[in-house]
Amino acid sequence: MPVYALKPDYTGEIKDRVENFHGNQLVYIGWDHHLLFSSPFSLLAPIGMRFDVFFKEIVSNAFSQHPEWDQIDWSSVTWLLDGQPFIPQPEVSLGDQGINHKSFLRFQTPGLTGIAGAGI
Amino acid sequence: MSKVYLVLQDNDVSRYILEAVEEDNPEITIIHNPAMIRIEAENYMVVNRETVEEKLGRDWDVQELHLNLVTLGGNVDEDDERLTLTWNE
Amino acid sequence: MAAKKLNMKEKYRLLTRDLDWEFSYADRKKAFPFEEFEGIKITDWSKWEDPFRLTMDSYWKYQAEKEKKLYAIFDAFSQNNAHLNVSDPRYINAIKIFLTGITPLEYQAYQGFAHTGRQFGGVGARVACQMQSLDELRHVQTQVHAMSHYNKFFDGFKEWTHMQDRVWYLSVAKSFFNDARSGGPFEFLVAIGFSFEYVLTNLVFVPFMSGAAYNGDMATVTFGFSAQSDEARHMTLGLEVIKFLLEQHEDNVPIVQKWIDKWFWRGSRLLSVVAMMMDYMLPNKVMSWKEGWEVYFEEAGGALFKDLARYGIRMPKYAEQIRKEKEHISHQTWWTFYTYGQAAGFHTWIPTDEELDWLSEKYPNTFDKYYRPRWEYAKKLEAEGKRFYNGTLPQLCTTCQIPLLFTEMDDPTLTAHRCSHYKGDQYHFCSDGCKDVFEEEPEKYVQSWLPVHQIYQGNCGGPGLPEILQDYYRFEMGADNMDMKGSPDEARWKQWKGVA
Repeated sequence: MPVYALKPDYTGEIKDRVENFHGNQLVYIGWDHHLLFSSPFSLLAPIGMRFDVFFKEIVSNAFSQHPEWDQIDWSSVTWLLDGQPFIPQPEVSLGDQGINHKSFLRFQTPGLTGIAGAGI
Repeated sequence: MSKVYLVLQDNDVSRYILEAVEEDNPEITIIHNPAMIRIEAENYMVVNRETVEEKLGRDWDVQELHLNLVTLGGNVDEDDERLTLTWNE
Repeated sequence: MAAKKLNMKEKYRLLTRDLDWEFSYADRKKAFPFEEFEGIKITDWSKWEDPFRLTMDSYWKYQAEKEKKLYAIFDAFSQNNAHLNVSDPRYINAIKIFLTGITPLEYQAYQGFAHTGRQFGGVGARVACQMQSLDELRHVQTQVHAMSHYNKFFDGFKEWTHMQDRVWYLSVAKSFFNDARSGGPFEFLVAIGFSFEYVLTNLVFVPFMSGAAYNGDMATVTFGFSAQSDEARHMTLGLEVIKFLLEQHEDNVPIVQKWIDKWFWRGSRLLSVVAMMMDYMLPNKVMSWKEGWEVYFEEAGGALFKDLARYGIRMPKYAEQIRKEKEHISHQTWWTFYTYGQAAGFHTWIPTDEELDWLSEKYPNTFDKYYRPRWEYAKKLEAEGKRFYNGTLPQLCTTCQIPLLFTEMDDPTLTAHRCSHYKGDQYHFCSDGCKDVFEEEPEKYVQSWLPVHQIYQGNCGGPGLPEILQDYYRFEMGADNMDMKGSPDEARWKQWKGVA
């Protein structure tokens, strides 16, 4: 049952419809086993932004405080998009490669075990 | 076995209530924490009006317990004579 | 002949049996329109019995005595400038969380019980809800009075009513109660009267308050214990509610079980902030969160569910997950607040070396392995003058609204994440428990007012975080937020105590 309500056929207003973000979309992103950042991030990106621009202008800013950020070997990084293995295409827009509103990206950096090797 | 418990504010009146509980419940555990006294027993505990009155040296209504009570655990039954806490196994 | 003095049972019977009326010409269903839609079946309201058999005259008498005691202590506290007696000014920040995060819940409980009480067809239940509603209002008032003293001397207190509807972490507590209040009256009672009161408020009002006493905060321990003496009555009623519902009809059993599963999980998530208050914000330690949890959740809850097994009720669904999490949640939560210290309406800090050692001792399985290295790194950055602040907004759980800060219990450095799809949109969660809650009623939770998303939709001012914090949240920047070190609170304390 989608809801237990006094009124039959009650429906709720969807607060986070993409239309409410004024031409942008939400993208969540997390760096696995790096909990200096206690949780994944919520990022806002224009719909249609290319992945390389998104990465350079938005994602890097979010993670760059981490001392291991500059040591990442991007050729060995693995990605999950909404739980499925994924290879980002730099020159393709977010939406055209399936990174949609409220998609969740997570990436793993083999060999980098976090600050003090403790997953930080 | 499950523990019923009674937690009282650590004050003058509670000390007499505790004495009464000790007298009427042979096997209890008393734990002192800052500002509070925790009393535990297996499955059953009783606070009798008569015993508390004897210790306090004055009339005492079972409902007065609330003035010094912090918390409790167990099925409660209260009447004019006593408050009991019970777990059913 | 003098009137016979009634005993307690007779008085209670008269109060709850003879004050009702028959619906001879009006439709009873129209008088109690909320009674049936949740699927709960009540066959005989007269079976409802308050085990304390409290009548209104006794209620007023004993509540008045409690209040007199309490206000005498508040007066003494205030007249003697007793804020100077607290163990350490860092402690006051726990009280800021109390006023901004917990006191508004008392107000919601007051409103919730007033509404719920009106909706029940049985007089006993109506009287019990009315008393509880009054109790909750008393708690709001006494808490505001107690903390008004601190507001004269410390930052972070004055905008608590404004902040309640806006600040990101306060939405966690607010939405918890909104969820309960927008359920039907029976769910509200199982949520708040039973699940929350019976097990979870004990953790706030017993070990934390004992900790307040141990840290020299006479005002807080006094309102805390005074409130909890009411809660003892609420707990008892909560348990009676459950037994009453289960005895009324066998069809009620699976519905009640579903609510117990939901609300024990929701409550456990909500209490992660109390976990951090216990472990990180009480400079003088009484017991760890884990120890308190074992006594008041595992032991007390275990006894409770053993007692209820005869009705076919089992332990809450995620009890095993909750048992594992006690080793982690206080550390994960305080780390989150520390790293988002610019967006917290109270001060945060790195634990002292003695405190780190105490945490190691209390959490031998987890602290040194997972959490101490974070603090060592934070110390290094602080020593270099680069105190760490995370400047990017976190991903929130749609149900509990907490950032996804909890990890998998079999891999404590990996963020736990769950996902669900509904009407073409994705929804994200911190746990299986929160996902279950959403999937049971997605039409409810698609309406979650998630603070991060609201900021990104432009509904919270801005454009930048500083403007949002200052103008929308009404934080006094640098005074209400940021690190304890270098704060005006700290400077004033040193001045009062005559230390450089």
